Amino acid sequence: MIRVSGLHKSFGAVHAVRGVSFDAPDGKITGLLGPNGAGKSTTLRVLYTVLKPDAGTATIDGADVVAHSLDARRRVGALPHGSGLYPHLTARENIAYYAALCGLGCDSIDEKVDNIIELLDIGDFAERRTKGFSHGQRTKVALARSLVHDPQNIILDEPSNGLDVMATRSLRELILKLKGAGRCVLFSSHVMQEVAALCDDIVIIAGGKVAMHDTAEGIRNRTDCDDLEDAFVKAIHEMEPT
Amino acid sequence: MRTPVTVFRKEVLDNFRDRRTLISALLMGPLFGPLLFAFVINLSIERSLSDVDKTLELPVIGSDNAPNLMRYLQSRNIDIVAGPADRAAALEAVRTGTHDIVIVVPAEYGQQLADGIPARVELISDQANAQAGREARRVRNALRIYSQEIAAIRLSARGISPLVLRPLNIDDIDLSTPSGRSGILLGMMSYFFIFALLMGGMYLAIDTTAGERERGSLEPLLALPVTRDQLILGKIAATCVFMALSLALSLCSFFVALKFMPLQQLGMTPNFGPDVLIAAFLILSPFILLGAAIMTLVASFTKSYKEAQTWLSIVLIAPTLPILIVSILTLRPRLEFMFVPSLSQHLLLVDMIKNEPLNAAHVGISVASTLAIGAVLTWLCARLYRREGLLG
Repeated sequence: MIRVSGLHKSFGAVHAVRGVSFDAPDGKITGLLGPNGAGKSTTLRVLYTVLKPDAGTATIDGADVVAHSLDARRRVGALPHGSGLYPHLTARENIAYYAALCGLGCDSIDEKVDNIIELLDIGDFAERRTKGFSHGQRTKVALARSLVHDPQNIILDEPSNGLDVMATRSLRELILKLKGAGRCVLFSSHVMQEVAALCDDIVIIAGGKVAMHDTAEGIRNRTDCDDLEDAFVKAIHEMEPT
Repeated sequence: MRTPVTVFRKEVLDNFRDRRTLISALLMGPLFGPLLFAFVINLSIERSLSDVDKTLELPVIGSDNAPNLMRYLQSRNIDIVAGPADRAAALEAVRTGTHDIVIVVPAEYGQQLADGIPARVELISDQANAQAGREARRVRNALRIYSQEIAAIRLSARGISPLVLRPLNIDDIDLSTPSGRSGILLGMMSYFFIFALLMGGMYLAIDTTAGERERGSLEPLLALPVTRDQLILGKIAATCVFMALSLALSLCSFFVALKFMPLQQLGMTPNFGPDVLIAAFLILSPFILLGAAIMTLVASFTKSYKEAQTWLSIVLIAPTLPILIVSILTLRPRLEFMFVPSLSQHLLLVDMIKNEPLNAAHVGISVASTLAIGAVLTWLCARLYRREGLLG
């Protein structure tokens, strides 16, 4: 369960996030939708604690991301935008490194790594060094790495960016699997179809504020648009005058 | 404690697989200094030694004017050969480098000698040329002795003891020992050791900040349930290990290279046995923490791998400055110098090579102050690692 309320974050003169609030409950997939530069990534970066908010609070399963950031991080598996791997380590070693850092004991590391390799179907290249991996392979390994400690909350920043059809499809299946297991999945995207196909809840962000927060159906109804893309454009335009 | 150990092990494994790190840590740093040093020393020894034994070919214009002088020079292992046609040609030949040195004996030489007035002999050379300078010195020396001998004969002929020409009898008493003399030459080795040490950890230091950021692996790492202090501690520890390895290798390679330098022929016996090797490692080892911390610190300010490389090459040179200043001013080791890292290690190392007893207080201050500065820099690194700007 991720809870965000009144979040503000500035970088110098740029006020990137201006009072974002929403809840992402367990067992549901919440999508953060918005144009480039809307403040999606900044919001997510605050949630996985690499940035501190200027104002407002955010909690992960009740743990405050500022006051108890270590507790919050223990409950989160994060896939930042453009996650890099260590090219001299094999895929398995990359995953095992994160498992060890997450405090998993030596005995359970091998088991957990094996499980996640099977879950993400990366056994074919798990023993190879990641230098020269395709973008899809890299994303899968990075995803495996951030899920190896079985986090209750999963934060993915534009995970499908640059993936081909097959890779996107298997990512979608994985996200649904996580939802089925009762996890809280929060991911950002600017691809409408993806959000519409997956998300139980959609949070549309524009100009650092929440423009609309509803189910896909609810958003269509509220904006009087059948097509989610039109709804999206309309929702964003409603933000403009304010 | 488990997190720093995990980070440390990963960094060591990762970097042992990185060819660039390995080459700079295990090959470039340790071999560059000793090899360069052995080459330069061998070359200069060869030159200075060969000069004395080698027959010098001396072009002379007007050798017929001074047959006795020519005979004398030949007895000093200087071969007389026919010089250029005239004085103008001789000047041109020296200027263009055809000859290093030419002697001109004017036609009136014999008459002047007979009349007892100073006889003119011209020595043409280009002293900017080191080789010519050495040859000119040798010829001038021979001429001076010849001149003194004639003076002595003239005085004897007039019934005066030639000793009146020697009012002073100067006795040079040199207290330097063969190890002491080698200190001058080998003192600069201490910088090569520090250079090798820093080179060994350079790529790791870049990797922990600028490298991780550029690769995009920093952000997911920071999102893990570990404190940043633990991360930086493990990374600095791994950097230290590579620096220590590089330092040990460079000491060993110097130890081997020394066996191929004919320093004994210069009257030098450096005190650099296996025991000194180990002592030198221990004296230099406090610098490892300082080096690892300062390189990590500097790299954390940079935006990219390339920028980090540029700044760190300045860090590579910085430790020479205090050594250079003290060497130019030829200052002797003093207590306050021991507070300056790199300088204190240099001075202690030179003392060891000279086979002089080490001052316990000096060693203590050197170790303590270098470690203290290293600890402060490590703390500063951890502080910087905590700030948001780290993500770039």
